[in-house]
Amino acid sequence: MPSTSTAFAKARAEGRSALIGYLPAGFPSVEGSITAMRAMVEAGCDVIEIGLPYSDPVMDGPTIQAAAQQALEAGVRTKDVLRVVEAVAATGVPTLVMTYWNPVERYGVERWAADLAAAGGAGMITPDITPDHGSAWVAAADAHDLDKVFLVAPSSTDERVAMTASASRGFVYAAAVMGVTGARDASSDLAGPLVRRVRASGDIPVAVGIGVSNGDQAAEVASFADGVIVGSAFVRTLLDHPGDETAGIAALRALTTDLAEGVRRGAR
Amino acid sequence: MSQQTQQPVKYDADDRGYFGETWGGRFMPEALVAALDELTVAWQDAMADAAFVSEFERVLRDYAGTPSRLYHAERLSAQVGARVLLKREDLNHTGAHKIRNVMGQALLTKRMGKSRVIAETGAGQHGVASATAAAYFDLDCTVYMGAVDTRRQALNVARMQLLGAKVVPVESGSATLKDAINEAMRDWVASVDHTAYLFGTAAGPHPFPSMVRDFCRGIGDEARQQCLDQYGVLPDAVAACVGGGSNAIGLFTAFLEDEGVEIHGFEPGGDGVETGRHAATIHAGEAGVLHGARTYVLQDEDGQTVESHSISAGLDYPGVGPQHSWLAALGRATYTPVTDAQAMEAMALLSRTEGIIPAIETAHAVYGALDVARRLGEEKGPAATVIINLSGRGDKDMGTAIEWFGLGDADGEAEPVIATAPGEEA
Repeated sequence: MPSTSTAFAKARAEGRSALIGYLPAGFPSVEGSITAMRAMVEAGCDVIEIGLPYSDPVMDGPTIQAAAQQALEAGVRTKDVLRVVEAVAATGVPTLVMTYWNPVERYGVERWAADLAAAGGAGMITPDITPDHGSAWVAAADAHDLDKVFLVAPSSTDERVAMTASASRGFVYAAAVMGVTGARDASSDLAGPLVRRVRASGDIPVAVGIGVSNGDQAAEVASFADGVIVGSAFVRTLLDHPGDETAGIAALRALTTDLAEGVRRGAR
Repeated sequence: MSQQTQQPVKYDADDRGYFGETWGGRFMPEALVAALDELTVAWQDAMADAAFVSEFERVLRDYAGTPSRLYHAERLSAQVGARVLLKREDLNHTGAHKIRNVMGQALLTKRMGKSRVIAETGAGQHGVASATAAAYFDLDCTVYMGAVDTRRQALNVARMQLLGAKVVPVESGSATLKDAINEAMRDWVASVDHTAYLFGTAAGPHPFPSMVRDFCRGIGDEARQQCLDQYGVLPDAVAACVGGGSNAIGLFTAFLEDEGVEIHGFEPGGDGVETGRHAATIHAGEAGVLHGARTYVLQDEDGQTVESHSISAGLDYPGVGPQHSWLAALGRATYTPVTDAQAMEAMALLSRTEGIIPAIETAHAVYGALDVARRLGEEKGPAATVIINLSGRGDKDMGTAIEWFGLGDADGEAEPVIATAPGEEA
């Protein structure tokens, strides 16, 4: 299975940032989410983040909440997420599962790590566990050679930034703003300093997420970060085309193309 | 109270917030860790500062009306054959134990120099208490409340607004208490530099379970001393209802090391645990992580939170405070479900026997505790003593009572249908 670090190395070799795209598994349907993520890969995403829909997503804004709830109401299960991982990983890009903790604990951490690795997943992003309360996941991920992507925030102390960076594998997810996921008009002036603080504590790649929704914003973030993470804008694109998969996928491709151009324009 | 407050708690969490290495903890976004660390330090400093503790006591005494009385319910005692003592938290300002928690957290907020508080609420009781504390301490206040609940509890919405709080209806998820907590956390992630989250129960991430317990433990500290002063003995059992579990842990804490005292929590059994429509989290849930703590959770096979049900909105929560999970796992406390119908029966019984209309939450404890009292009376005789935390008064529940019992129509032909109390002629 490809680790996310291969995607960052490739982007770096091309003198640009990596584009990381997020969609929840099972939205708008399990098959529909596979089709959508494949389209995102074809149009230029370097890494795919596959959301595991959860009933109580405290770090997500209204857009991703709506998609996750729609997926749950349609009956998506944890095992379906692994099916999506397998299908998207088959394209050759690294895939990460982004999930709140309880579904993993419920599945069984060790069994989850084994099944995720077997499906070809590169690892996991964990928005509601930190390394100091995530020892079970750290152990399981290490045993199965999986990426552990933890978050840092503008409020993180330097000590916690260093602790998080050294516990992460693949990349560090820097939350650009103090707030939940969702597109924002203005770019954040907190992201740059945060990226510099992560860099000061090691040479693991840093990707910036929360609030990026178009190519211009992607270019701006790409000028100082190793990766640009986009979630709500992709979800919004599909939400805006209910019941019309062809139009939704076309719009998704157009957005991905815009963002992929952005990360190249912002080359450092 | 001050001396007891500073005693170490044998059944306490470790310094990372774990009870017995498994329960509790802090499963939270990194963005909130700095705020939770800041809160932990501020709370520990405050509890070690005699000036803070004495100011907290003064506010509770002069404003909230504590210590609440420990009242011997003689008619009820005669019915069950044991001494039943009621800890009258229903007589506190705003009508429940919750004023203790919010005055403590709001006083801490002032000490930390923050200007705004947010809170979640189910039926509105914690929201009203938070709005009250915010008015008292001159803090901005925003209360998140499930949209379903704002419609059902319009009176409490109006009370919060009159007290100067902003009430935000939450439409996401199931639009109930758990979603109000999610939304309050989302607010907090974005506002944490100037805002404190007044959490409504002894659950959530560290330090909330321990901090809320500390602010509520006056209930048990007072009751224990009152029982010794008034009757010269410790009780044989103490009992409280458990939703999130703040009134229960507030009562239990003083008695944890009195190993001879039975500790009973009564959970909302809804339509009956076997129907699946209940909120008996410890009795019927499984270990998981909800709202930042590992605890018993009502969840499905995939770890998705399952919607709970109780006639009492204040107990209608699919999680529970992690210290209760630990006490249950240790066997130090026993948690038993009481159904909607049993709680309503106890509500009517206490009203007619003692002239006290309890909150429906509290009525769960009354029902369960009377069973305990009957057993202890048989085992030990009529001096057997049971303390029930009368955590709140029932004014807010009259709408439910009117519907359940068919009350309110003085000219109506139908007689109210009130269940016969145990021990009375049918």
